[in-house]
Amino acid sequence: MAANITYREALNQALREELQNNPDVFIIGEEVAQYGGAYKVTEGLYKEFGPERVVDTPISEEGIAGCGIGAAMLGLRPVVEMMTVNFTLLAMDQIVNNAAKLRYMSGGQFQIPAVIRTPQSLGLQLGAQHSQSLEAWYAHVPGLKVIAPATPADAKGLLKSSIRDNNPIIFLENEMLYGTKGEVPEGELFIPIGKADVKRQGKDITLISYSMMLIQAMKAADTLAKEGIDVEVLDLRTLRPLDAESILASVKKTHKAVIAEADWKSCGMGAEVTSIILSGAFDYLDAPVVRVALAEVPMPYSKPLEKAAIPTADDIAAAVRKIMGKG
Amino acid sequence: MAEVTMPKMSDTMEEGTVVRWIKHEGDTVDKGQIIAEIETDKANVEMEAFEQGVISKILVHEGEAVPVGQPIAVIETAGAAVHPEAQAVIPEAPAPAQPEAPEEVPQEPPAEAAVPEEERIMASPLARRMAEERGIDLSKIHGTGPNGRITETDIEDFLKAEKKEEAPTPPRPAEEAAPIPAEAEEQELSRMRKTIAERMAKSKQTIPHFYVTADVAMDWAARTREELNAHEDQVKISFTDMIIKAAALALKEFPQVNSSFHENKLLMHKNINVGLAVALPDGLVAPVVHNADSMPLRQIAAETKELAKRARENTLTTTDYTGGTFTISNLGMFDVEEFAAIINPPESASIAVGTIRDMPVVEDDAITISKRMKMTISADHRVLDGAVAAQFLNKVKSCLESPTNLL
Repeated sequence: MAANITYREALNQALREELQNNPDVFIIGEEVAQYGGAYKVTEGLYKEFGPERVVDTPISEEGIAGCGIGAAMLGLRPVVEMMTVNFTLLAMDQIVNNAAKLRYMSGGQFQIPAVIRTPQSLGLQLGAQHSQSLEAWYAHVPGLKVIAPATPADAKGLLKSSIRDNNPIIFLENEMLYGTKGEVPEGELFIPIGKADVKRQGKDITLISYSMMLIQAMKAADTLAKEGIDVEVLDLRTLRPLDAESILASVKKTHKAVIAEADWKSCGMGAEVTSIILSGAFDYLDAPVVRVALAEVPMPYSKPLEKAAIPTADDIAAAVRKIMGKG
Repeated sequence: MAEVTMPKMSDTMEEGTVVRWIKHEGDTVDKGQIIAEIETDKANVEMEAFEQGVISKILVHEGEAVPVGQPIAVIETAGAAVHPEAQAVIPEAPAPAQPEAPEEVPQEPPAEAAVPEEERIMASPLARRMAEERGIDLSKIHGTGPNGRITETDIEDFLKAEKKEEAPTPPRPAEEAAPIPAEAEEQELSRMRKTIAERMAKSKQTIPHFYVTADVAMDWAARTREELNAHEDQVKISFTDMIIKAAALALKEFPQVNSSFHENKLLMHKNINVGLAVALPDGLVAPVVHNADSMPLRQIAAETKELAKRARENTLTTTDYTGGTFTISNLGMFDVEEFAAIINPPESASIAVGTIRDMPVVEDDAITISKRMKMTISADHRVLDGAVAAQFLNKVKSCLESPTNLL
């Protein structure tokens, strides 16, 4: 049995199930309790589990992250909500210097089973400071795991796996995806961290993507299918650790790859994926690996300029055609 | 640039193994210098360089076997431009700002020695790998990808075109041609299977086969056989024995069928040695009844029984299965109407025999029931033409239809 629910509802289910499953699990963040979350992901949980399990905080990201990390060190399993990824910058020291390193530096005496959930967003005219993708920043740090699900089922299954994982996890949601619907199997659903997923089988070229850009990649694949180009779409789902095995298996099959990402190209996720392909599948490549990414500018506020800065399904399709020699 | 190919070091050598490279990539060699040790089907032989220059690329690893004629190394001869692929592997290869000749290669820069940069062949890594595996010279291929890049498609097109143009090439192992599907399990070939695979593929690829089928009335042959087998104490005669005898008699009358095509000449065999295909659990052998034409039917029967027994026990001697000049393959026991065999080289024809069955036939304007058997001759068109094959087949047929001929 499966239900057709939104990405937001899927996350809410995951949180509710894990709160029920383990009394050590608790939620902490701005507006998460009485207001039900800035994006309503925690709606109803405060009522159901009370103020000790769903905790509202002042506006102090470093403090929220620090509370979560400290609680995790002492054995609890916090789910920290940061209102958007932009505010995690204020908690960078806690995340990068404490969460990521304490297990290592304490010789394993402490572990940090904390999940930091936060949405990213682009294209909503929120201005440069509130329209950016920082996954590569976190994926750069050893000691962190970084998750970026694109579908409601992956969102639920990966959040549940993240809450049960004993390492600090940056769980990147997306404002554009909260309202999207998809089939989610009922009952317990765990999706393994570090496993990419072939969202569409194809033989001509591998299109690698994740999060909101995956939706554009799937659209591009539909368009290209009508032109006779059989695209395989690989959803990374986990950005650290990257699933090199699945990436290489697909590229060895299709001999070509395009990466569609919603972050800046320089030192972005696509650069890392390209490096994996070049070192692991060089002799299988029939074309250069191409990246489709954000324009290298702070996100413009102007609507037409913002639109021009974010890749669309058409941009992805054009990149594919070009390396197929059909553009 | 000169390619060093696997030399043919004996008449029967089809492939050789590089036992040891005495010279290595980057080494300078003189004409006549020993560069490698090669194992042939007979012995280990030292191989000399035929050119002077620098070994820029070794294409075959030690221990690897390759067919005669396949390139195994590349020697950059003096004066030639540097092979683009070689640059990466020779430490001494030139990459200076001022074009200086490498020490080992004394050369006065000839006019056509272009700057390597300009000669770089644009090819995808996949295309380069495919070309290397198949021994294709990339400079012969026209790239149709972006920037004139040679891609997988170009290599595939080239291979297709080459296949069409060229005369039959020696068969490549199937595992090279296609990836192994996940549900399939790989099995090593037995020696017998390997030999059958090689011989049959070679036969079908080099011999232009044609086929003629005849329908034989076996009523009289069946009655005769019954009478001959009435005595309990004597070796039983099979239909196959009768067909061997009939074929031997026909071969005597048509000596051109009893011949072999050999290097654009015909070898006319004086002996009529008829092979008989015997099925085994993992393949088949064709032991030979030597001088079948001069052997009484009963003796042929004794001989085939003994040969079949030894074939199944795996105790055939070399004489037992060599020297055949013609082969008979009988699948009559499996209830088949008719089939065509692949010629067993170096023979030039073979007869395939189906099941004897009761059939309605028209005889003297009336439909009667007759025991019929279909046999098909496979013939080498380089040696035989349709008319001869038909006449020969009719001779076999008439011998069987009037079996007193066989006695």
